[in-house]
Amino acid sequence: MKNNNIRIKDFKAIIIFVYVLLMSSCNTDETQTVTTFDNLIINEEFSSDGILDSNLWNIEIGDGTSQGIPGWGNDELEYYTDRTENLSVENGYLLITARQESFNGSSYTSARIQTKNKFQTQFGRFEARMRLPNGQGMWPAFWLLGDDNNGTEIWPNIGEIDIMENRGQQPTTISGTVHGPGYSGANSITKEFSFSDSRVDTEFHVYGIEWGPNYINYYVDDVLYNQIKPEDVTGEWVFNDRTFYIIINLAVGGTFGGNPNAETVFPQTMLIDYVKVYQ
Amino acid sequence: MKNNKFGYLRFMLITLVILTATLSCERDLSEDAVFATNSNTGEIFTDTPVGLGSDFYFPFLGSKPTAWSVDNSEGYESSVSMRIDVPNENDPEGNYAGAIFRVEGQGRDLTGYNALTFWGKASRGVNIGELGFGLDFIEDKYQVSVSETSFGTTWKKYIIPIPDASKLIEERGLFWYSAGTQETDGFGYTFWIDDLKFENLGTLGDPRPEIYNGEDSISQAFLGNSAVLDTPRVIFNLPSGINQTVSVSSSYFDWISSEPSIVEIRDSGTIQILSGGASVITAAMAGVQAIGSVTIEVVGGFVFAPTPTRNPADVISIFSDVYDDVPVEFYNGYWQPYQTTLSDDFAINGDNILNYTNFNFVGNQFREPSIDVTENSNLHINMLIPGNVPPNLDFLISIINFDGDGVENGRQQVFFNSSDFIADTWSTLEIPITLSNKDGIGLLIYENVNGSSLSNFYLDNIYFY
Repeated sequence: MKNNNIRIKDFKAIIIFVYVLLMSSCNTDETQTVTTFDNLIINEEFSSDGILDSNLWNIEIGDGTSQGIPGWGNDELEYYTDRTENLSVENGYLLITARQESFNGSSYTSARIQTKNKFQTQFGRFEARMRLPNGQGMWPAFWLLGDDNNGTEIWPNIGEIDIMENRGQQPTTISGTVHGPGYSGANSITKEFSFSDSRVDTEFHVYGIEWGPNYINYYVDDVLYNQIKPEDVTGEWVFNDRTFYIIINLAVGGTFGGNPNAETVFPQTMLIDYVKVYQ
Repeated sequence: MKNNKFGYLRFMLITLVILTATLSCERDLSEDAVFATNSNTGEIFTDTPVGLGSDFYFPFLGSKPTAWSVDNSEGYESSVSMRIDVPNENDPEGNYAGAIFRVEGQGRDLTGYNALTFWGKASRGVNIGELGFGLDFIEDKYQVSVSETSFGTTWKKYIIPIPDASKLIEERGLFWYSAGTQETDGFGYTFWIDDLKFENLGTLGDPRPEIYNGEDSISQAFLGNSAVLDTPRVIFNLPSGINQTVSVSSSYFDWISSEPSIVEIRDSGTIQILSGGASVITAAMAGVQAIGSVTIEVVGGFVFAPTPTRNPADVISIFSDVYDDVPVEFYNGYWQPYQTTLSDDFAINGDNILNYTNFNFVGNQFREPSIDVTENSNLHINMLIPGNVPPNLDFLISIINFDGDGVENGRQQVFFNSSDFIADTWSTLEIPITLSNKDGIGLLIYENVNGSSLSNFYLDNIYFY
């Protein structure tokens, strides 16, 4: 009887041990229950072929010169267009394609869309499911920019939340960043996330933030990898007092990851499956 | 007691349900029952050879057979690894290291993997000549290799992607290597390899297959000719972001001739010219269209050697119609008393061809002055064997250097056999010059050795570049 008991106990212990081992072998179980945003207010699934919803999105054109920031302030090389060669909606995906071609004085074309004055909000959970391009010189980004009060305020005072940026030569790494007064550009507050057994250009991943009063949580798929709070930034916290709008773009070249090289293959396409915002 | 038993059973049941639910995230092993007879073990060498049998190591001809050993004092996160001692170039047992690792018995099912990986380091910084898998000395059907892999003096992980693992249902050639002393001034060194295994990496980029150097080229062929398909390459983006080019067998690719009645593609990896006209050859690998193509134009009459396209400034020509030749004393010295070789040189449409008949050996001499190829890396020769290629072909080319006093101070010998030639088809012999003294080259000797019965052949476009 006693022996029998011991065997059962041993068996339980072994089973529990095996179970724990098996659980830990599944690498997607680091569940983070941090969200308090469950009211879906933007559900852009790009479901109408050939049509980008103009009630939500603005298409930006040019190389930044007419916006007063040639190279978009980062020595970028692309000219953004609204042509289907650079921007299209197909089969439920938004496709932003970077091409190498001579166009209005630039050597590359691509696309950039944003929601300024069409969708701006404060706080919420912002996420996009995307597959990114590959190669040196590719700089895809999903980010938020603060309202500039009809042009009366300037960056970085208006704040910038980079939900996802990637250097095309780093196919397993993305970064999440905030810029504000005293912590912009090279002094921005940033953290990288690396996939251990996946890549940005072969698989879709969900890149998101949860942004509330005095915090921004960064996550990839179901992994929370960073939280930025007012005490983490080296200046004024500018994310409590204004609305922000969404930007998605694929830059070519520039100060973030450098310019394309001989091995960069063109065209390169960034696929966006959906953009969702919860509050 | 009864309750206890009941609880125990219930516990087991719940455990079973939990285990089943949990195990559903493991989904890589259950679907390959079709190939269940072949081992799908990925490991080749961890701290010991894994499942290779007792007779798995087969050195390359001419390599030092004892170059490989198991080192019990070095290892990646262990104290055991494979050790390869590359010999000095003057080692009488062999002047390089190279071998295949062939699993004994049934080959392995590698369809569940996408890369061969290992950790490596060397006793000095060096590029390891060739590393790969798919050589079994039997069919050698699904070869993969990477060239000039940079080894440092600390452990680093290396990845050799598999072009299309669905082909590898029974592969015996699990690994091969070849390493010499070309870039170490002839002096040997040691490198170590550990945790050698096939893996399924999620961090590997999509393949970019290329044929014919990724270019749309044009080639002319003569009716009745056959030729070997191009050795394609596949470019993979590694987790590091670096593009790794992998040379692979043409059998990994599906080849298409746009006009099969003109150009037929055969399973053996050759193309056969059947009738006049033109056909475009393209290919795909694992459903991905390869970049590049070749348009084969079937022409009548004599087939000329490929016209050289290298910049004349980079070429020192011994015999060609495209470049200005250096002064040459003779293309056939009629050396007495043993030479039997005669010359029957000819020209068609202004293209001169050297033709040697009744061949045993012959030389091209250019010693007034001899030539300095210090700035050149290769000797290029086009060669055609009309009629048929003798199966016992053993063809030696010697490149001989002379010092300022006219005394021989260096001789490089390169051997070719029947697999290097197809009858009635120009072969391009590319010979990397490995001589340490190459500032006074004055003689090329062509020679039948070991009973080789080659009698008649053509040469064209003999030049250094």
